[in-house]
Amino acid sequence: MPHTDAAAVALARDGDSEAFRALVERHSRAVYRLAHRMTGSPQDAEDVVQETFLKAYKQLGRFESRSNFGTWLHRIAVNCSIDLIRARPHREAAHDAADLDQFDGDERGDATRVSPERLMLSTEVQDAVAAAMYSLSQMERAAFALRHFEGHSIEEISRALGLKTNATKHSIFRAVKKMRVALEPLVSMD
Amino acid sequence: MPHLTEEDLILHYYGELQSDDAAHVAGHLRECTACRGAFTKLQRVFAMVDAAPEPALSDGFERIVWARLQPALDRAPGGWARWFVLSPARLAWLAAIVVLVGAAFVAGRLSQPQSGTATTSVSVAGKELRERVLLADLSEHLDRSQMMLVDFVNASSEQDVDVAIERTRAEELLSANRLYRQTAVDTGDLALAQVLDDLEQVLVDVAASPDRVSAEDLAAMRVRIDDKDLLLKVRVLSSEVQKRQRRQISVRAGQSS
Repeated sequence: MPHTDAAAVALARDGDSEAFRALVERHSRAVYRLAHRMTGSPQDAEDVVQETFLKAYKQLGRFESRSNFGTWLHRIAVNCSIDLIRARPHREAAHDAADLDQFDGDERGDATRVSPERLMLSTEVQDAVAAAMYSLSQMERAAFALRHFEGHSIEEISRALGLKTNATKHSIFRAVKKMRVALEPLVSMD
Repeated sequence: MPHLTEEDLILHYYGELQSDDAAHVAGHLRECTACRGAFTKLQRVFAMVDAAPEPALSDGFERIVWARLQPALDRAPGGWARWFVLSPARLAWLAAIVVLVGAAFVAGRLSQPQSGTATTSVSVAGKELRERVLLADLSEHLDRSQMMLVDFVNASSEQDVDVAIERTRAEELLSANRLYRQTAVDTGDLALAQVLDDLEQVLVDVAASPDRVSAEDLAAMRVRIDDKDLLLKVRVLSSEVQKRQRRQISVRAGQSS
């Protein structure tokens, strides 16, 4: 197995499938994590992993060897996640139907209603974070994941998502507000 | 002095404010207890989000990704080129396919009706042909999956069992199953998608297993198959697909007579 990504890429370009397999083994978990954060669905994340490596394989010839393979793959994975989100607009509509004000007042999720004792359990916190993430629309989740977890600037996210800067900011604000409403009661227990 | 908005705090947290605004917000936070408290809460919320664990993945995750990916790579442009160059036997197959497709094209041209409905007829025929091919492929896939499941369920379970063959078959079936499931989702056939999804989870389990599994692990996998009534569901689905195929054949026979 090649020791570096650069060596593996060079071999994979020459048709060495084991070298490409090494790249898949090194990077598939990171791609899955990114895709899962952006899509919020294990099934969609698996599909994004497949699509990302398939695209990477087809485009290996265009990869510049002085670049970082992980960074290049990350960009492809972001684009694949966005393509998938755009191709499945029905879930976006379902989430957007829940008005934020209503969410604020009535739909705070289970996290705000559990007892203090139960909140002490870390699994409750994990569940609350997962529920809060699930309450985001697909575009809110994608924008929030790119800003919060991946560290992209709002300008970069706007370009990637094809949104105006203000629309991107608005998506992030809505996402953070939903997260805050769901999770702040847990924070206050400290 | 007006308080900072939540938007100000979020942009400040992410370092997205212009320098003047950033200085203003930083100054305000130093002086205003209420806003500082709100910012601290926001930081804690984000810390909680950061501390949430990553989704758990199986030990064999990379192997499963590769098992699904490899057949698609063979079909990708680079893969095709190597496939073509390296195998004279496959070259002969390819030549035969080219001849058949060419003959079909010429036959289609010669038998094409001259009326104004020609385009519609060809398009309907094309759609029917695609559906027939898809049904035939799906039927074969379900039969192969069924056989693999039967072999797996019936494997001797007195001690450690060698499941290397079943594992290889599951790896081969996974990629096709994923494509059928996606197609079912895209075409809105949710019942089919659900069965294929259940089947995929079992295929993933089998594909991710080592060459030899203990009797206990084998029993646990059988329970998962039984709990979902998977074998029965696959049989019913396979029978449904075959019925659809037969219906198509009788419709076509009726049209041609």
